[in-house]
Amino acid sequence: MPNKLIAGLFLLAVAGAAHATLPIEHWQSASGAKVLFVENHDMPMVDIKVDFAAGSGRDTAEKAGLAGMTRHLMALGAGDLTEDQISGKLADIGAELGGDFDRDVAGFSLRTLTSQRSEAVDLLAKILDAPKFDQKVLDREKTRQIAQIREAEMDPGHIAAETFDKLLYGDHPYGLRGEGEIDTVRAFTRQNVVDFYRTHYVTDREVIAIVGDLTREQAQAVADKLSAGLAAGKPIPPLPEVKLPTSAETKMIPYPSSQSHILIGYPGVTRDDPDYFPLLVGNYVLGGGGFESRLLNEVREKRGLAYSVYSYFYPLERKGPFEVGLQTRKDQTREALAIVRKTIDDYIAQGPTPKEIAAAKDNLVGGFPLRIDSNRKIVDYLAMIGFYHLPLTYLDDFTKKVNGVTAAQIRDAFSRRINPADMVTVVVGAPSGG
Amino acid sequence: MCCLALLCAAPPLLANPYMETLPNGLKVVVKEDRRAPVVVSQIWYKAGSIDEYNGTTGVAHALEHMMFKGTKKVPAGQFSKLIAAAGGRENAFTTQDYTAFFQELDKSKLPLAMRLESDRMENLLLSEKEFSKEIKVVMEERRLRTEDQPHALLYEKMMSVAFQDSPERRPVIGWMNDLQNMTVGDARAWYHRWYAPNNATLVVVGDVSHEQVFALAKRYYGKIKPAVLPVRKPQVEPEQIGIKRIDVKAPANTPYLLMGYHAPEIRDAAKDWEPYALDVLAGVLDGNPAARLDKALTRDNPVAVSVDASYDDTGRGPGMFVIDATPSQGKTAAEVEAAIRAQLGKVVREGVTEEELKRVKAQVTASHVFQRDSMFYQAMQIGQLESVGLSYEDIDVMLKKINEVTADQVRQVAAKYFTDDNLTVAVLVPQPMKGDGHAK
Repeated sequence: MPNKLIAGLFLLAVAGAAHATLPIEHWQSASGAKVLFVENHDMPMVDIKVDFAAGSGRDTAEKAGLAGMTRHLMALGAGDLTEDQISGKLADIGAELGGDFDRDVAGFSLRTLTSQRSEAVDLLAKILDAPKFDQKVLDREKTRQIAQIREAEMDPGHIAAETFDKLLYGDHPYGLRGEGEIDTVRAFTRQNVVDFYRTHYVTDREVIAIVGDLTREQAQAVADKLSAGLAAGKPIPPLPEVKLPTSAETKMIPYPSSQSHILIGYPGVTRDDPDYFPLLVGNYVLGGGGFESRLLNEVREKRGLAYSVYSYFYPLERKGPFEVGLQTRKDQTREALAIVRKTIDDYIAQGPTPKEIAAAKDNLVGGFPLRIDSNRKIVDYLAMIGFYHLPLTYLDDFTKKVNGVTAAQIRDAFSRRINPADMVTVVVGAPSGG
Repeated sequence: MCCLALLCAAPPLLANPYMETLPNGLKVVVKEDRRAPVVVSQIWYKAGSIDEYNGTTGVAHALEHMMFKGTKKVPAGQFSKLIAAAGGRENAFTTQDYTAFFQELDKSKLPLAMRLESDRMENLLLSEKEFSKEIKVVMEERRLRTEDQPHALLYEKMMSVAFQDSPERRPVIGWMNDLQNMTVGDARAWYHRWYAPNNATLVVVGDVSHEQVFALAKRYYGKIKPAVLPVRKPQVEPEQIGIKRIDVKAPANTPYLLMGYHAPEIRDAAKDWEPYALDVLAGVLDGNPAARLDKALTRDNPVAVSVDASYDDTGRGPGMFVIDATPSQGKTAAEVEAAIRAQLGKVVREGVTEEELKRVKAQVTASHVFQRDSMFYQAMQIGQLESVGLSYEDIDVMLKKINEVTADQVRQVAAKYFTDDNLTVAVLVPQPMKGDGHAK
């Protein structure tokens, strides 16, 4: 089943442009999908992504998990092909079908040899245009999904993440579990799935990203093929605004593990947020910059309390999570929590030092070429730029924007955007905080 | 733009990758890849948990952590800071077979990576103070990755039963008690035993010229003295002579099943054939969603939520063909085991079809192309082969050999290795998850 797009969190620490970056071409397909394309003949292969505004943020509490189930079922039978025929044919030509699923986006990715492009694209078009949603397959996958939800509940990290999302977002759909709840999944009908598909898999907000060994004309034909069979659809409305918490909430969940899993957070930024760059650079100093970060230094390097400790902003259409996380032996929970809280509070109050900002910029700017050094990374950027309506110069502007950030902007952005007094805290493991 | 892209593409050169061995024994392999102005540099030490002794299990991995804890010239923590300041990414990993360290950087920063990496090959400080903090971090890592992960725990227990004499039976991260009793002296002994140019391979992939990389390697690594390496005992695993079974109780709500069959590894890439037939067998069983195990166990007659088959054809020690599965609700591990055995038995009796064979080969051939999209992966492939007794030159040989596998060879290896005497079965027996009774 599709998982939350963990990779998304790296996107924040991503992007940038030092040179005349990438020659991105863009247009609308004949039926209205947005297309972004980078031509590159270095290798005999093509990467394609097709994304829709059909992530778990489009679910309701009553039907949590429906978006994910719909996306999952699409590849399990389409047109005249059974699920085995689809995966068999893809394997026969060595093509790889995957895709993203997170709160905003549901989509497919296709990687194929140049020589097999046409057959691979035909298969993907069939999946997009004519999913069968066979009743038997739905029933089977519901059973499987329920078992997987249950299985995930034996992972303390998963319990922490799911509890954290609920506390952070309350009634907002961002608080729903992408995989759904046992009761909601059990109640899905075929009609629910068909309705979700018809409403969301439309050319409105469809984004097609293509990178690789084909010409602009060929890319146009590919994009037309991957959108012609879809309805234009009604415009998909924006997601509701996220409400900020008005008081600190803490939840302690006992679990028979050797470690406590700790998550602390607050609703963070949108993808097009004006505070994005100050928070990106600022977060590098707090907990995004690995061994250079304050959190890792305080918790791991000075005290050996955890293997992993981090903070990140996960930008979304609406305010995605700002999250601080770590795991520590249960009897150290209280100590670790106090150190993390103090580190966050001090940072929000005082901001970074000039030396810290310089180090963050050095890494973000100097590391820019690594962010676009493969077709896979480039196609992910194209899809993101397209879906969130970012300027096509996003990559070109990145290093300039990072370099322009000042200490005052970081302090100002953190103090306006993160209220440490109202943060959400989840501890899974220790009975009462250690 | 089309023309520009064509001009930038470096035509594949026959000699690429390039290899040179320095007088002190350091092997340097360079693969030129000009698609982006970046470089990945990896140093691979042929020292993994397979080289450890009882009582100090986990020392290979602990030393990997200590490699970031300072030299005379570069104090603790500075390695990472200097690489970060250059816009780089860096990390390290330890397996049974090797310990490797890597940096990914803008191509202009390769000398920095070489300077720092060569410095810690001979000048590591290994202070008591840093070790006492870092070993705690390692213990937290073990709690995170193994102790609190029922599936990882089951795998660790299965390996410890499946192998009787081979060091494969011990976890790479080490037993907790060994970590609790490890000293900086243990780490120091390990470092002096294995960290030497004649026990390492330097792999560089990226927008570089091989002459330039060889010159840099000589400059930075050339003066480091080789070590007298200990003789590695073969430690051949005796033949298993009867099925082994183990139950593992852990907080969980779903059972889980692991089945491991002893299997050979590639020792001579050109002459061996069984490991390649086992690769194809893994593909027929689990290479795509239409493959046999998934279809039979999760769709046609569902007894499992998920099922996977995996086999790694390279490694310094003995190999293992592993199948794992999560039973559906109401189904037992025994029922899933029976269903898996039925599928394996079918391959033994009836073999595989030409269509299945062709499908697996098409996938392998395509992924051989796809892998070249990642410079990091290309470097990994070279480093791994060099560290397990094979050569980077075997990459193409191995692809050719897989393409030569016949349906009958697949049936033969199934018949030879899928036997009860060769099998270990491990079952996770779920224990209540509520409360706090199990704290370690």
